[in-house]
Amino acid sequence: MMDEHLDLFREEAYELLAELETSLLELEETPDDAAIIGRVFRALHTIKGSGSMVGFDEIATFTHQVETAFDLVRDGKLTVTKELVGVTLLAKDWIRATLDTSVGGGPGDTQKEQAILTSLSELVLAATPVRQPAGAPPDQPSDPLTYSIYFRPASNIFINGTNPLCLLDELAQLGDCQVAAHSEAIPPLAEIDPEACYTYWDITLTTRQGLDAIKDVFIFVEDDCELTIEVTDTAPYTGGKIDQPHIEEKRKAAPSLNRDGAAQPKQQAAPSASSIRVPAEKLDWLVNLVGELVTVQASLSQTVASQNITGLTSIVEEIERLSGELRDVTLNIRMIPIGTTFSQFKRLVHDLSHKLGKEVKMITEGAETGLDKTVIERLNDPLVHLIRNSIDHGIESPEVRQAAGKPRQGTIHLSAVHAGANVLIQVKDDGAGLDVDAIRARAVEKGLVEAEAELSEAELFALIFAPGFSTAGQVTDVSGRGVGLDVVRGAITAMQGSIDIASQPGWGTTITLKLPLTLAIIDGLLVNVGQENFVLPLLAVEECVELTSEDVAQAHGRHLADVRGEVVPYIRLRDQFKINGQPPAIEQIVITQVENRRIGLVVDQVIGEHQTVIKTLSRAYRKVEEIAGATILGNGTVALILDISKLVQAADSVERAALEKALCRSEQF
Amino acid sequence: MSVTKITQVRPYLTFKLGDEVFAQDVGQVREVLEVPAITKVPHAPDFMCGVINLRGNVVPVVDLRLMLGMSKSQPTIDTCIVVTEVMSEGETMVLGTLVDAVQEVFELEPEQIEPVPRLGMKLRTEFIQGMGKHNEHFLIILDIDKIFSPDELELFQETAEFSPIVEPAEAAVAVQG
Repeated sequence: MMDEHLDLFREEAYELLAELETSLLELEETPDDAAIIGRVFRALHTIKGSGSMVGFDEIATFTHQVETAFDLVRDGKLTVTKELVGVTLLAKDWIRATLDTSVGGGPGDTQKEQAILTSLSELVLAATPVRQPAGAPPDQPSDPLTYSIYFRPASNIFINGTNPLCLLDELAQLGDCQVAAHSEAIPPLAEIDPEACYTYWDITLTTRQGLDAIKDVFIFVEDDCELTIEVTDTAPYTGGKIDQPHIEEKRKAAPSLNRDGAAQPKQQAAPSASSIRVPAEKLDWLVNLVGELVTVQASLSQTVASQNITGLTSIVEEIERLSGELRDVTLNIRMIPIGTTFSQFKRLVHDLSHKLGKEVKMITEGAETGLDKTVIERLNDPLVHLIRNSIDHGIESPEVRQAAGKPRQGTIHLSAVHAGANVLIQVKDDGAGLDVDAIRARAVEKGLVEAEAELSEAELFALIFAPGFSTAGQVTDVSGRGVGLDVVRGAITAMQGSIDIASQPGWGTTITLKLPLTLAIIDGLLVNVGQENFVLPLLAVEECVELTSEDVAQAHGRHLADVRGEVVPYIRLRDQFKINGQPPAIEQIVITQVENRRIGLVVDQVIGEHQTVIKTLSRAYRKVEEIAGATILGNGTVALILDISKLVQAADSVERAALEKALCRSEQF
Repeated sequence: MSVTKITQVRPYLTFKLGDEVFAQDVGQVREVLEVPAITKVPHAPDFMCGVINLRGNVVPVVDLRLMLGMSKSQPTIDTCIVVTEVMSEGETMVLGTLVDAVQEVFELEPEQIEPVPRLGMKLRTEFIQGMGKHNEHFLIILDIDKIFSPDELELFQETAEFSPIVEPAEAAVAVQG
């Protein structure tokens, strides 16, 4: 039970922290925006509140300090500075780290905590010359007031994990507090429901803190209780026994006010009920089941079509339509907006540009673009690399930019847009652009290309994604080790995506990633070689042409095909996969586009398009790299999905090895 | 003398590989199947027969005879697949083993199981848990987890990789776009 709440709190807190970060970064740009300040304050307040409720006392106390500072900001007593935003971001990181490591109230990194709090209170003290400790709330009414509070929690209050006694303790901290519990409503033992709350309380509180402070105590339960708070006396409460009938009377006079007070928060809470939180595994399960359904439906369609049973055909068509719709809807459920990832990058840009002494702002577009959650998860690292690279290598220092007549502040434009079954993600900077000569020189130095090789601009640009490549003169801890970009290419091609680079010297670089919307189901091209079926990702396929035995004879045994005047090398899948049997007289070449190269794959037959539900190949086969996965065909057999870029790499290395062997042999003779 | 690893009375499934009778703990057996269409996976070693569709899941199939160092099995009407759960790197992995014929399930007392003789087995003895005796016949109890440990599977795969398949004459062409 408690674990559930912890998890729930964690999840909620992570979301709040992400929101906090976004708001802070926005606040840095527009420091006076009251709406954003309000958002920051609310996020902090909620973390504090629910944190203390589930026992993260350390986080609660810490957050309280930060919240206090923002309370000052809200009241206009403290202005938002870069330093304040910086410290608060660090504080956010601390909370996050503590959440990650502690199981509930365990010790966090106290050293860091102290450092953050000290710099925070320094900032607060500097801004408020009035002698006031950092931890104290601002607008204290000078005279203490006595409040009479009637608190009757709903009987199901325990179900959402609230402990009313904690609330009473919290009240007691505000000032002199007298609590009287009412036990009249408790039924006889036989009828008692141990999970229900029957007790209610009358509280008399004398405090210097305002009404807001008291309301804040009840902020999380106000929908689930009857609550009245009123001022009874301006004079300090002197203690003594609570006069029972007196309170009773007060309460009777109060109900109309009470109802009015309760109605409002209820209305606010209503919209949240329209969406529900579902664990990701359940969705994965659903997607798997739908995948199986689609497979079975395909085999049903095939069987019915071959037997031509009247009456059944229309039913099967209906099932086909429904399962298609079900598939689309299911996949759509897993789509989440890419915006959550984008906001993390704002932080990255903020931190990195400070570190490198550059002025960079990031503009994002299309944050609402939906992508499968697995794609988003796997997209994170590649995007981090690309953005780091843009800031480190692309955007110049402010002085250089000014000299070139550009604004001091560089811009990184991050956008996402749907294009058919794909999504295009663009990282665009207005920096120096790629230096074609430097790339060539570096590539030659690294032995990636021949010195006299003639390469198109696109081929040269593609070299920056080669392993071990880096044009940065010096290695920084940000980038320049040459490990980043080939990792990017690996990750993108593993997702069946592609990378496109455009660059103009002096104007900047644009890197476009093209990715499938989902990794669960892809459009494939079904082909066969001998008895074996294979699926190629349709995204990579450009066209299919015939390969006759004359063509083979004309090429003198070389694996080159003439496709409308262009020479395209090809790989024979039959040879590559050692499939026995005689190829047909006319074979088919499927022309694919892999990393800006056109490569043909020779197969016996092209069967057609196939909605491919991707199944992972067992771990027993993880060493077989050319196979990206498997899928189940309509007839119930398994077909393998090819990873074309891995296949080309493997063919490359086999051919190179054979060539070297041949060279050795010729030297011997 | 009994085998220290085996301390409880356990049911065993017996099956034949050639003329010999083998046994494995029933706890790890999920089901026994007729042999469906097997899709070969390229570049995999010979003992990895390929993958099958097991109600929507892709499950690898292994030729147990080849794994144990016996000759390749010829399919007969009795040939079937024992679907087995193996613990590997802390996760359960499901795989099918191709056997010549499945026989029966019965219980063996720990006393009925003897350690493997060091000599004379003509089999990879590290895969064998012990020798059982049933109806005056010997049966070989296999250590399934060991047979399908990642080490074994990977070791085999590495040796099977990279045999040059392109003829030198053809190799003179560089695949460069």
